[in-house]
Amino acid sequence: MSEVRTKVIEIIADRLSRDKATITEASNVIADLGADSLDIAEIMMDLEDQFGVKLDEDQDLKTIGDIVKYIEGKVAAK
Amino acid sequence: MSDRRVVVTGMGVLACNGIDVPSFWDAISQGRHGIRTITTLDTALHETSFAGQVPLDNLTLVIGDKKNARRKDRFVHLALRAAAEAMAMSGLDFKNWKNPFRVATIVGSGIGGLTTIEEEAKVLAARGPSRVSPFLVPKMIVDSAAGDISIMYGAKGPNYCITTACATGSHCIGAAFHHIRHGQCDVAITGGSESPITHLGLAGFNSMGALSRRNSSPETASRPFDRERDGFVIGEGAGILIIEELEHARARGATIHAEIIGYGCTGDAFHETQPDPTGAGGIACMRMALEDARLNPEAIGYINAHGTSTKYNDSGETKVIKQVFGDYARSLMISSTKSMTGHTLGAAGGIEAIVSVLALKNGILPPTINYSTPDPECDLDYIPNTARAVRTEYALSNNLGFGGHNASLIFKRFGD
Repeated sequence: MSEVRTKVIEIIADRLSRDKATITEASNVIADLGADSLDIAEIMMDLEDQFGVKLDEDQDLKTIGDIVKYIEGKVAAK
Repeated sequence: MSDRRVVVTGMGVLACNGIDVPSFWDAISQGRHGIRTITTLDTALHETSFAGQVPLDNLTLVIGDKKNARRKDRFVHLALRAAAEAMAMSGLDFKNWKNPFRVATIVGSGIGGLTTIEEEAKVLAARGPSRVSPFLVPKMIVDSAAGDISIMYGAKGPNYCITTACATGSHCIGAAFHHIRHGQCDVAITGGSESPITHLGLAGFNSMGALSRRNSSPETASRPFDRERDGFVIGEGAGILIIEELEHARARGATIHAEIIGYGCTGDAFHETQPDPTGAGGIACMRMALEDARLNPEAIGYINAHGTSTKYNDSGETKVIKQVFGDYARSLMISSTKSMTGHTLGAAGGIEAIVSVLALKNGILPPTINYSTPDPECDLDYIPNTARAVRTEYALSNNLGFGGHNASLIFKRFGD
């Protein structure tokens, strides 16, 4: 598992009070993990801090996989 | 006026001297306080190092999971836990309301989420605006206890928060009582909650000179009506009641603890923090409550006073009581249970409504503790130090807030 993916799952599991083991790349952050807009805003801040990148709020990121891919792109472009 | 009568069918409380109704009443009726040196924050730089803190670190039990618990300020946790006790006591089937729009939630706080404001102000200063929590606003806003309680119980009737500093809880209950009496709803979840023991809370009230600085003897610091009083003792807590239209309560066989029959509310229009020395606002307030209850002053047996243990409140309130009750004031039995709970600000009206209800129901009038030196300006019967077993029919509860907000509630012992 990529380092980004491990860290993304860790942060989201902690913020949404979920068991890390139950989260996969296919997990939908809203539909499967129960996040609302406030949770997502907070998670975005955590991810920005973790990876030292600026994330664009207008991205259409639905699943863990979407988020991981987006962040990996940002990190690579640093 | 409508003939709909309003009764109390549920109560829930958290204070420094009791974390549910049975333990709280046990303490209050035996003159036991809960005021201690503060251990949750470093008070080295503060003028006051003690408070009335609810002896529970983890209040998340009602909410359940960590994710939701994190989203609430402590004052909301206190309110939710008190509401849960009150709802359970009432026996109401909140999962199956016949009509949820007939259930009101009117719960206030004097300050709101001060802990949250303080934490996020630090984040703002250290890390800038982009790192301020998206939960700051929903956690700190003063109406969030009312909102969260209504969500928890699916209550869709009148829903708001009245904020009138130390009179908050009484105003909320009074408004809820009138909603039911006037037919706008049948049930209300109502009261107040406060969690002010933070650096800003201590510093702000101390800078005003409002707090007792009796650091060498916290246990005797809250001494309402005593000549040696030197300010109030800040406290946290929540007091939530379930009140209900009488026939609605009877139809479901509910246990009725007392009836609420009168509400008065006025303003001093005088000063940000000082009570009007003429007492005109307080006098009019108690008279309004008596009129609302259709009672003569002589009917009142017990007054649960605002009695903050500040110099001006206690002498001023005494003067006001004398004006309203005339010679009969000397026959009244009066106590300030803030001597045991500390001053819980926006929660006080809720907590003291519960004290008033239980005093009538149990025929025990709680004392004013730490009373040792009479003050010539406070010369009524304050039930010093020991509770009295007296069966009385009517109790009046006063709460007066910074800003000149006055509120009085009248309760009647329930019996057919």
